[in-house]
Amino acid sequence: MNIALPLKTDFPALQQKIKGHDLVWLDSASTTLKPKSVITAVHQYYTHCSANVHRSVHTPSEEATAAYERSREMARKFLNARSTTEIIFTAGTTDGINLLATSLSRGILKPGNAILITQLEHHANIVPWQMLRDYHGVNLRIAPITATGDIDLDAFRAAMTPDVKLVAFSALSNAIGTVLPVQQMVRIAHEAGALTLIDAAQAVATMPVDVQALGCDFLVCSGHKMFGPTGIGLLYGRETLLDELPPARTGGDMIKSVTFEKTVFNDLPAKFEAGTPNIAGAIGLAAAIDFLLNIPFEAITRHEEALLQYAIMKLQEIPAVRRIGTPQKQVSIVSFVMENVHPHDAGSLFDDDGIAVRAGHHCAQPLMQHFNVPATIRWSFSLYNDMHDVNRALESIERILKVFS
Amino acid sequence: MTQAADLYQDIILHHSRSPRHFGTLDAYTHHIKADNPLCGDSYELFLQIGDDDIIRNASFEGAGCAISKASTSLMLDAVIGKSVAEAEALFVRFLCLVKEPGSPESQDESMGKLAAFSGVWKYPSRVKCAILSWHAMHDILQATHQKNTQ
Repeated sequence: MNIALPLKTDFPALQQKIKGHDLVWLDSASTTLKPKSVITAVHQYYTHCSANVHRSVHTPSEEATAAYERSREMARKFLNARSTTEIIFTAGTTDGINLLATSLSRGILKPGNAILITQLEHHANIVPWQMLRDYHGVNLRIAPITATGDIDLDAFRAAMTPDVKLVAFSALSNAIGTVLPVQQMVRIAHEAGALTLIDAAQAVATMPVDVQALGCDFLVCSGHKMFGPTGIGLLYGRETLLDELPPARTGGDMIKSVTFEKTVFNDLPAKFEAGTPNIAGAIGLAAAIDFLLNIPFEAITRHEEALLQYAIMKLQEIPAVRRIGTPQKQVSIVSFVMENVHPHDAGSLFDDDGIAVRAGHHCAQPLMQHFNVPATIRWSFSLYNDMHDVNRALESIERILKVFS
Repeated sequence: MTQAADLYQDIILHHSRSPRHFGTLDAYTHHIKADNPLCGDSYELFLQIGDDDIIRNASFEGAGCAISKASTSLMLDAVIGKSVAEAEALFVRFLCLVKEPGSPESQDESMGKLAAFSGVWKYPSRVKCAILSWHAMHDILQATHQKNTQ
């Protein structure tokens, strides 16, 4: 590694002992740990300012507004949006998808239109569309994946019938680590006249996400999966589309004028941000982006790739371990099951060794059904993991297998 | 691995590997599913309850984690031969044993092999595994009780 990655000591959570062991965090796909700079930024807002935004004329509010809008500019830069008018603060990926689903149901999608998602999606990119299906007469279709856990591009192409108006999919599967050919899928969707929504929740901390390069119409992500606070996220939308769409949530801040007869909505991006926003979250997210922008993405990618390949190689040497999902392009996440050991039993025993893994269905039950398992064990890697972490987890597997032998 | 011994005592491991009363029951009077879709634990319970309210026989089928499977196996071991009221009382005591640190039940020899679950409270996310089948049985017993008091 030529470029130095942040140290474990930058992450206070890694300084703790779990059941007498140094914590090994292999659950970054669930949430990433927070660097000191993010914790400090949130702390400083509450300590020194704590005023509301876009309201009062007093100095603390002016400062809070400036910090909040600086965060929006940081987010714009991070996603390479054309303008800050295209960046909406949300509570996270789930919230962003729900917001967009509501707005689309009021504006662009009509009964009889179809939405296409993939079999890889997590519940946040399934259930909001089921709501549109059930309450707005929109059809929901599923593009299948292959036995390895890759998108079946031929089937995806074939599913792009003229009634499909929106294609929504994850750039990186949270459950098995599949990297989707986002640009290609966006192109296919656009050629068929459909809009595209990319769920980048899992991708943003692992690979560069550039909305202009991807060519997508909408994109959502969460702060807490990219070293930022919980309860904050981003919705990117193409300006012309956001202009056209009606708001999903209404109230203060998203209006220009209100009478009991009529309300004039505010301009973008305020039109989509009703009520007092998560100011501390936005400021913390900006600190997280600053943290990320100071590390070349190639360094993160190369580091996680080395850890993943080592883990996969070692896991494959253990006869009782079976990988779930063997996609052509896989990053930062590996899922597996162990013979005669239920993933939840394994999860508890990993925890006894101070190793935090995810055991469960990863909020992707249909995907688990595809692989015919109720749950898997998932290891996910981030920039603060090292080979020692992988080795400790591997030693833990040996002990777990002994307990259940 | 001292902590693991809290959760995975030998008796639990043994019953998860070789559960007792495993399979269907021909002459059952009550049947219920015990599902936890969140983790995929899924069992079917079969109970044969006599007119005298005695649980004559019981069995289960299905799959899940070691804790839920061993708990179901040991539960059926414990309630076969007991009356509905006695099984209900045991349900309440088992819940205390599993959920409460240092519960009186954890010191009570009459809990027998069920005492193996006295360390589960240290793993809050696993409590639901230990009590899954117990709640299903409780549903059956309550229904029996209500029918009898109508």
